[in-house]
Amino acid sequence: MNDMSNMPASKGILGLQNPQIEFRKDLFADERDENLNEIGKPVRRQDIEGHVTGRSPFYDDHLFEGLLHMRYVRSPHHHARIRRIDTSAAQGMPGVVRIITSDDVPANMNTLLSLLDFGLDDEPVLSDKKVAYVGEPVVAVVALTEAQARAAVKAVQVDYEVLPHVLDPEEALKPGAPTVCDVYPGNAFVYHGKYNHQKLRYGDVETALKSADHVIETRHQMSPIEQAPMETCGAIAAPEQNGRYVCYSGTQGLFFSLGTAAKVLNMPSSRLHFIGGTVGGGFGGKVDSIHEPLAILGTVLTGKPCKSQWDREEEMQVGAPRGAERWYITDGVMNDGRIVARKFTGYFDAGAYTRLTSYAVIKCVGHLPGPYTIPNVSADVYCVYTNRTPATAMRGFGVTGVDFSIEAHMDQIADTLGMNPIDLRILNAYRDGDMKAHRRTAKNCAFIECCQVVAEKAGVTIKPESKAASSMKDGGGERGQLPAFTATDENGRVEGFEGWSYAKKGGGSATTGSVPSTTTPTPASLPQTPQPIPQPASPAPVTPAPQAPTPQVQSPSPAPTASSPKRRPPTRFSSISGFRRR
Amino acid sequence: MAIHTGRGFSAINYPIGMNLGGDPSQALVHSNPDGKFTVALSAIDLGQGMKSVTRQIAAETLGVPLADVYVDTADSDTGPHDMGSFASRGTHRMGNAVIQASLEARSVMLEAAAEELEVDPGDLMTDGQGNIHVKGAPSRSITTMAAAQAAQFKQGRTIAGRGIFLIPLSEVDPDTGEMSPVTTFAHAAMLVEVEVDDETGEVAITDMQSAYEVGRALNPGMVEQQLRGGAWMGMSHAAWETTEPYYPQREHGPVDFNSYLMPGPGDLAPHHISVLERPAPDGPYGGKGPGEMCANPVLPAVVNAIYDAVGVRLYELPVTPEKVLRGLQANGGAKPRQNLARQAV
Repeated sequence: MNDMSNMPASKGILGLQNPQIEFRKDLFADERDENLNEIGKPVRRQDIEGHVTGRSPFYDDHLFEGLLHMRYVRSPHHHARIRRIDTSAAQGMPGVVRIITSDDVPANMNTLLSLLDFGLDDEPVLSDKKVAYVGEPVVAVVALTEAQARAAVKAVQVDYEVLPHVLDPEEALKPGAPTVCDVYPGNAFVYHGKYNHQKLRYGDVETALKSADHVIETRHQMSPIEQAPMETCGAIAAPEQNGRYVCYSGTQGLFFSLGTAAKVLNMPSSRLHFIGGTVGGGFGGKVDSIHEPLAILGTVLTGKPCKSQWDREEEMQVGAPRGAERWYITDGVMNDGRIVARKFTGYFDAGAYTRLTSYAVIKCVGHLPGPYTIPNVSADVYCVYTNRTPATAMRGFGVTGVDFSIEAHMDQIADTLGMNPIDLRILNAYRDGDMKAHRRTAKNCAFIECCQVVAEKAGVTIKPESKAASSMKDGGGERGQLPAFTATDENGRVEGFEGWSYAKKGGGSATTGSVPSTTTPTPASLPQTPQPIPQPASPAPVTPAPQAPTPQVQSPSPAPTASSPKRRPPTRFSSISGFRRR
Repeated sequence: MAIHTGRGFSAINYPIGMNLGGDPSQALVHSNPDGKFTVALSAIDLGQGMKSVTRQIAAETLGVPLADVYVDTADSDTGPHDMGSFASRGTHRMGNAVIQASLEARSVMLEAAAEELEVDPGDLMTDGQGNIHVKGAPSRSITTMAAAQAAQFKQGRTIAGRGIFLIPLSEVDPDTGEMSPVTTFAHAAMLVEVEVDDETGEVAITDMQSAYEVGRALNPGMVEQQLRGGAWMGMSHAAWETTEPYYPQREHGPVDFNSYLMPGPGDLAPHHISVLERPAPDGPYGGKGPGEMCANPVLPAVVNAIYDAVGVRLYELPVTPEKVLRGLQANGGAKPRQNLARQAV
């Protein structure tokens, strides 16, 4: 179907001979209209002249006359209670214009995800009660020069009572572990007000594992990674006329940052004017909107332009990295290479606060089991709090870590079976019409073709059936049906949170709600201990319906203490439009 | 003691746009009196080419030359709302919003031209060179400039359009994880070659051969730069970078680029790229976002290649000489596998 032998001439951009790139116009040719005027042309960037001549304005180029500089007093401890903050010595230091503490922040509790209605406010802008990671900001100093601000930071006295801390996510989930973030006493984000992890249940993994020829397990660990932009994160704010404030920012989401600033400063968005658009590298690290509210707050409190910016050390150790992830995968595999069951246990290390990690977990679960059609899949994925720098988005957010684990595991499977690893992928590849584990039908697939192109150009011999395979055939049909039976369970049930959103605490505000009791999971460990086996609430039906089986999903019986919560549709962007509930 | 070569393979897919949807993007398009168009956005150009790809999309849809379009973005006073540049969403979401806005503006432009030419707007077409003419009768034409002037000063029409693209927010089932995560996936496969020094534990990535399926390469030059830069970032994530080298312990965290390691120019592997284009049904002209996924296949391919070279399977990233040497020690030395050796043609 896809004739790989007819390789077009290798032409790169601008039609120049470039042996390092080719456009395989022969593939999927009948799905494309090539008669377009501007699309598909390697035209020059609109902004390239400014970039190559150094004229494009970055936020840090807006150096207002009399610009003030902000620096931060930061926690030296992984976890500590703040007994007392004494800024008196710093107040009188040369050049100091203003000292800012938590009392000066109009709404000093936020979660980045409030813009998505995806979590409870859990993170102070400036901490006043406790610190939960090394580098957590406690006090901001505004001074005439950066050097004066740095000197004054050293003169601020903070009296800490050091608390026990936890750094390993599986340790953090054990009973008796120190509570990192008071909003989530079990050290795990609460999904749907119900579970301490996000579940994926498709088919019956445990039964399928028993019938598999091989059960192949693995464990992978990804360490945190810095986005490492050339331009560190920051913002410059200044008073505009008519009671408005302008903020120049390197943000990746202009209205994301504007919405966050409006919430934290309790200021109508109409008084904020955000300007950005030239960014010295983002990679996910410029979403968190840390500097924008603080720079504007400095401007509000001093009446002068203010700049808040990380130096390189802060960018690397205080700025949120891609968080660490730990993965356990158990696959049931037949001798011919077919994967019949795949089970995941995953731990996203969120650090001390949620930021965006709870979102990443759901994105990850929607991605499982990777680009393969596997009839039985389950996953328990946790967003875990530990006493380290909060994690945030980065290129491949929610997917890079588990894809590393899946694809390293695929190699391990191929090696165990003595199979060519490319043949193994193509055999199990998802195709148009297949049912995916999140219960939607696959379309527009091109995974097989990518495998074939690489095999061919790298000179790897694959089976004739792999060469003949296509994303556009042999999918669907039986592969497009939902499983006749899906095993579900109530492991990880959490009480005390409302059920109608991703995490709502019953009744009260973030800090005063009842303390939920968390069912502590037994984390999987390999290879010594078997993983916890979810117990189906009732036995599987003996005979699946012969034709178009009605998918059965067992509804777990209602939890004893759960009031019947009304399921309210999420209202993600209400804060931006000014209707956010407080 | 020797240097061993090995090859590793991996393949991935990647979701385009924010998971679960609910992430709108808006665009406004209007013409000034002489037929030049401004596209007003708040999308951020991170260097990936947001301004340029939306400019191409607007020009294509309006039917005017690229030079007649300017994209003004990232000012909250003038640009309508956009969620932001992340989640591989820029081209897909904003591109669709720009198409919708451009179609509305185009229809007014054609109405104005039709009134001047005394024909039905449905009989008109644009040539992409600044002219509007009757289908099948190229001599009955008017320039886009003349049409815009007539609209503004004679007919009292605004050649303008509004666009939004929104995939409604999906629910997630707490018990099964049922959800509509995204509508579109990009794809990639990657084979890397490594050299492993069994004396020092050092790993050099010497070559990358890839296939990336991107829906449609809306701007092939910008696609290439994304894929090239992204794969190098993937290389770096596989074998160099971390802020916590002894995770979960926090000691020895790097604070600058002397201690936070990245490949230098001499370390970068040649990368032989094949671009595949299977248009996304709901993508702008079929486009998907290549920006994030291009890094992902490199990480597993590198550890798979190390196993192929010396028989040591590494389960923790990043790969370091220390981890390789410890693996070799536990393994009783290098045990090359050579599972993916190039076959004689």
